[in-house]
Amino acid sequence: MAAVTYAVRLLPLILIRTQIKNRFIQSFLYYIPYVTLAIMTFPAIIEATQTPISGTAALILGIVAAWCGAGLFDVSVICCLLVFILERFI
Amino acid sequence: MNTNDVNASGSALFKRGIRNGIPIGLGYLAVSFSLGIAACNVGLNGSQSFWASILCLASAGEFAGFTLIGAGASYLEIAIMTLVVNARYMLMSCSMSQRMSPDTKLFHRFAMAYSITDELFAIAIARPGYLRPEYSYGATLASAPLWGIGTVLGCLLGNIMPVSLISAFSVALFGMFLAVIIPPARKNKVIAVLILICFGLSTAAHYMPSLQSIPTGTKTIVLTIVISALAAIFFPHQTEEESHAE
Repeated sequence: MAAVTYAVRLLPLILIRTQIKNRFIQSFLYYIPYVTLAIMTFPAIIEATQTPISGTAALILGIVAAWCGAGLFDVSVICCLLVFILERFI
Repeated sequence: MNTNDVNASGSALFKRGIRNGIPIGLGYLAVSFSLGIAACNVGLNGSQSFWASILCLASAGEFAGFTLIGAGASYLEIAIMTLVVNARYMLMSCSMSQRMSPDTKLFHRFAMAYSITDELFAIAIARPGYLRPEYSYGATLASAPLWGIGTVLGCLLGNIMPVSLISAFSVALFGMFLAVIIPPARKNKVIAVLILICFGLSTAAHYMPSLQSIPTGTKTIVLTIVISALAAIFFPHQTEEESHAE
């Protein structure tokens, strides 16, 4: 498990040593992080919490906070607190 | 967050990495807790579960592996499953290779490869300019040990931790994802629209009855490749310089 997991991570990093010039591949790799993180966030965030309501609220507040320029730590903490507080009442 | 990394000293970046790694570590602690429960349900002991987590540092990949161990699968089956479930790390590694300074030493590449996880990758690429090893090391140091510790705690403590805490912790990772993808979306409309499309398609893939049997990891890979490729065809990204700026 560990060997395969590491190989998957290592090989591209040591084999691709030059900047790729191809515009399609460049754009493709540029979009990947945003696409993959967006896919993993939703709808998973809704199912991670005890009720979909708190997950949805965390998603919305997280987007608003990040939009307003809050950093990684701040957005995380805000989302966690909101879920914790909301679930006291639900 | 937008301060220039190019001139920052290594130790400043290392500290910043630690600071940004802490929320990830807290998220890891919660997520790996449930991983530990799964590991010990299939017969691993505390120390085995710890080392599996420290060496793999992969949530879905470990879950899949533990399940197969429980089912008495062969090494080959486990290897193939691990490869498929973790294939997205290969995409991330490719993506990172484009952000490495050409004179980054091989040693650093070997070390940085270890911590290509969804979360650590996310914060690494959110930095402007070339990827700096010091930042990754700080973030890894603040988070990876907690992944292992959480696994052991889950294994040993089982279901003692209150559900309300686990529930609250579990959105930490998603909050962080949002903090990575939303600010660029504000500046770049293509990314904003892409994110909405991703939300929609991933929801469809998640709930469509005909796709229920496909593992989540596989869906993530397929959707990532298809959506990114289409975006690259229809909206080629401007210049190399811009892809380095955030």
